[in-house]
Amino acid sequence: MNTWRKMQQSYFLHSFLRDPLAVGSLFILLLLVIASFGAPLIAPHNPYDTTTIDILDSELPPIWLEKSDSRFLLGTDSQGRDMLSTMLYGMRVSIIIGLGAVFLQAVMGILIGLVAGYKGKRLDAFLMRLADVQLSFSTYMVAIFFGALFQAAFGMGMYEEFAIPLLIFIIGFAEWPQYARTVRASVMAEKKKEYVEAARVIGLRPGRIMWRHILPNTLTSVLVISTVQVANAIMSEAALSFIGLGMPVTRPSLGSLIKAGFDYIFSGSWWITLFPGLALVLLILSVNLLGDWLRDFLNPKLYKE
Amino acid sequence: MPRKTLISIQNVVKHFDISGGWLDQLKFSGGRLVRRKTVVRAVNDVSLDIEQGETLSVVGESGCGKSTLARTVMRLYPPDSGQVLYRGQRIDNLSSSDMKTYRTRMQMVFQDPYASLNPRMSVRQILEEPIRFLRGTLRRDEIQEAVAAIMLQVGVDPDWRDRYPHEFSGGQRQRISIARALAVDPEFIVADEPIAALDVSIQAQILNLMMDLQQERGLTYMFISHDLSVVKHISSRVAVMYLGTVCELARAGTVFQSPRHPYTQALLSAIPRLGEQGFRHERLKGDVPTPIQLPSGCVFHGRCRYADGRCVKEIPRLRQVDEQTMTACHAVEEGRI
Amino acid sequence: MADRDNLLSVKDLIIRFQLRQGALTAVNRVSFDLAKGERLGLVGESGAGKSVTGFGILNLISKPGRITHGSIRFEGRELTQMSEEEMRRIRGNRISMIFQDPMMTLNPVLTIGTQMVETLLAHKPISRREATEIALDRINRVSISSPQKRLEQYPHEFSGGMRQRIVIAIALLTSPALIIADEPTTALDVTIQADILELLLHLCDTEKTGLILITHDLAVVSQVTERIAVMYAGTIVETGATGQIIRNPQHPYTQGLLAALPQNVPAGGRLKQIPGVMPGPSRIPAGCPFNTRCALCEEVCRTVQPPLEPKQAGCLAACHLLN
Repeated sequence: MNTWRKMQQSYFLHSFLRDPLAVGSLFILLLLVIASFGAPLIAPHNPYDTTTIDILDSELPPIWLEKSDSRFLLGTDSQGRDMLSTMLYGMRVSIIIGLGAVFLQAVMGILIGLVAGYKGKRLDAFLMRLADVQLSFSTYMVAIFFGALFQAAFGMGMYEEFAIPLLIFIIGFAEWPQYARTVRASVMAEKKKEYVEAARVIGLRPGRIMWRHILPNTLTSVLVISTVQVANAIMSEAALSFIGLGMPVTRPSLGSLIKAGFDYIFSGSWWITLFPGLALVLLILSVNLLGDWLRDFLNPKLYKE
Repeated sequence: MPRKTLISIQNVVKHFDISGGWLDQLKFSGGRLVRRKTVVRAVNDVSLDIEQGETLSVVGESGCGKSTLARTVMRLYPPDSGQVLYRGQRIDNLSSSDMKTYRTRMQMVFQDPYASLNPRMSVRQILEEPIRFLRGTLRRDEIQEAVAAIMLQVGVDPDWRDRYPHEFSGGQRQRISIARALAVDPEFIVADEPIAALDVSIQAQILNLMMDLQQERGLTYMFISHDLSVVKHISSRVAVMYLGTVCELARAGTVFQSPRHPYTQALLSAIPRLGEQGFRHERLKGDVPTPIQLPSGCVFHGRCRYADGRCVKEIPRLRQVDEQTMTACHAVEEGRI
Repeated sequence: MADRDNLLSVKDLIIRFQLRQGALTAVNRVSFDLAKGERLGLVGESGAGKSVTGFGILNLISKPGRITHGSIRFEGRELTQMSEEEMRRIRGNRISMIFQDPMMTLNPVLTIGTQMVETLLAHKPISRREATEIALDRINRVSISSPQKRLEQYPHEFSGGMRQRIVIAIALLTSPALIIADEPTTALDVTIQADILELLLHLCDTEKTGLILITHDLAVVSQVTERIAVMYAGTIVETGATGQIIRNPQHPYTQGLLAALPQNVPAGGRLKQIPGVMPGPSRIPAGCPFNTRCALCEEVCRTVQPPLEPKQAGCLAACHLLN
């Protein structure tokens, strides 16, 4: 077993290393992730610590421009926060929300997809119509609804504090049908295979057959859509923040940074919006390119060659 | 020598509704919206007894219901009506926990060695699972011993137990599949086209293995196949199925020597013959009707050259025509054939 | 077979697949001749290289596979040297192919008639009307009733057996000199298989069309063909007149293959089995490719690959131990 595992891993590694785009994407992604999660250690300033922020430092340009301050590598925003530090912290928020939302989507979607696909008939019809209904509400509608509800019930102060879990819930809840559909489709394909019948002949309970036999065989497709979904979730969060339904400016994500800077773009302070925007593009692009490579690698037709 | 009946299939009917959800069943017909179901009549009123220690083969062409019958016996599908008895005990209506005792006595081997083993489980996991589940009293080392013993018996090196199915050839996988069925020490095995996906030289290996195991363990087989020369070789009795019904049931030697039912005759005449140039088979007219719209009366009447008015109207029952043979044919019964 | 003109002559054909892990030899120095109107059976287990050989004749090997050596002469012309454009004029015109799955040939969104007429117009300088006439004639010849109506139907309106008949009708359209049929009846039931094979045999006989029947089924080959070539692990191990090989096989593999059939053993008896499995293209041993499974294997078999040469029994066989 070990020798085969090694071979498989080396083949995986081999084809990965042959693709410069994939290697580059992984490098950039790792860089971004490490930088954002290491933000408390490497960021020159702490944007959450109001005592270190001086409003007099606001809207300073990046250091290669005139009137810049050498303390602020990429300049400052309208509140005088260091752009680089704020971005690093903001990216961390974006990635946490992206991963958290996808985790929630995956848990809900896999469970529902597994049950719908395996049980079939009425339960399947019911769950899938539920997914259709869910999909016909866009993420933004769900966000407006829950955001407004939460703010009305608990007030703005609480909202700022619980914005991250709330956004994870909203984005996760709005997009579980993607997972449910994918999982259901591969469960239906796997269910027909004889190894499932063999498990039934042994008399195993449906739960064990679903969990132990079918689920592991659907994980490839789950893995592939997960990369797409992480990118989508980060984008959704940015879009929500941009229209003011996401992270508050006091705890900015990349999206709310872009939005905050957008108001100043015509007064000449383009860097407040451009740098977070670039960081977002880089993040999404590297995730998507990696996802593309993974899909090609896992595609059995290409694999055979 | 009278033998004990192990499995008794009595008037089993199995239909499949393939019309999908409620919305898919709506159809326009004559300007009105009507709800209509599409039903595949896979098995229609089949009765068979399987004697202890014998190999009963069920043969027929694709879509004749032989696999469905096998799966109904194994309780993968519940029958729509009729009964399945195991040593006189009705098993088709048992709950899954009551069924558990019978799961150790009857097991199944499948057709496709590439699909019948879970690709994500090692051979050890595949073989341990039924033992753990159905013989829960065994200790860990006893389970491992049992796995090693069964691998040896089917001719797979026990040192390979930690490998995954894709590391084995088709024939080896089929051996593992047989080992999984034997792991719980059953007395009855349903084999659904177990060698159809294998190459000729490997087919012989698997057939020999199955015959050896039958002798060593006193197994009873229900052998599903479309390959008549294989069936002729290993069966004690043969049931020929056509469109969901058994049209002839007889001792193997008798069927191949003197088939009685017109369909059996046509089927046997079409077997490719080694060392014979050209063809002398009996040509059937028309195509096999679909099991969605079964013909009235005898399902074979549209293609049968002996069919008359009675065959169109009345469904023939499986009757004893002589000591060796039962057929479901009006013409045989009336002595017209 | 010297009395008949030569139609196809394959010499020392090698087909390799260039993979990342290295080159795999799927077909290794295969040579055979086919006379005009002769029927040859290419027999072997899956992976023996019989289908690849068939595809190779039509230059249909897909990447990363390639004919790396050898010559294929058909009607006096060298096929391996031809441009893709010249090959296209031969394919479906002088040489037709029938696949196991009729839907490889049939286009599901076109009527049978359209497909047949288009095929004809692509190869022959005739009018649409004449093409329709020929199509009707071919549908008639494969014993399909009411051909006029059938031409207007789509492939999904036919049963599996009917589709294969139509594929045969399409294969016959241009009156080819050679039909390559790759497992044409493997997916069909025995009663239909017998009908289709009989039809194929009859048509090849009356039209004097050459046939290469690729199959794993020895009984089928014995009923249809005049000559057999048995393939094992990419090479032809034995070839000769069908009846003779079936009755009196020389090569140990052919012997084993025939002995393994239940037809050749009394009912209920132990079948003779060849131990082990055929090596895949990446594990073909040095010397004779069959040496891993051969009971008679000697020292020379492990080092020198035996050539396909005439043996006393009148066939050609690749075995050191015969003579």
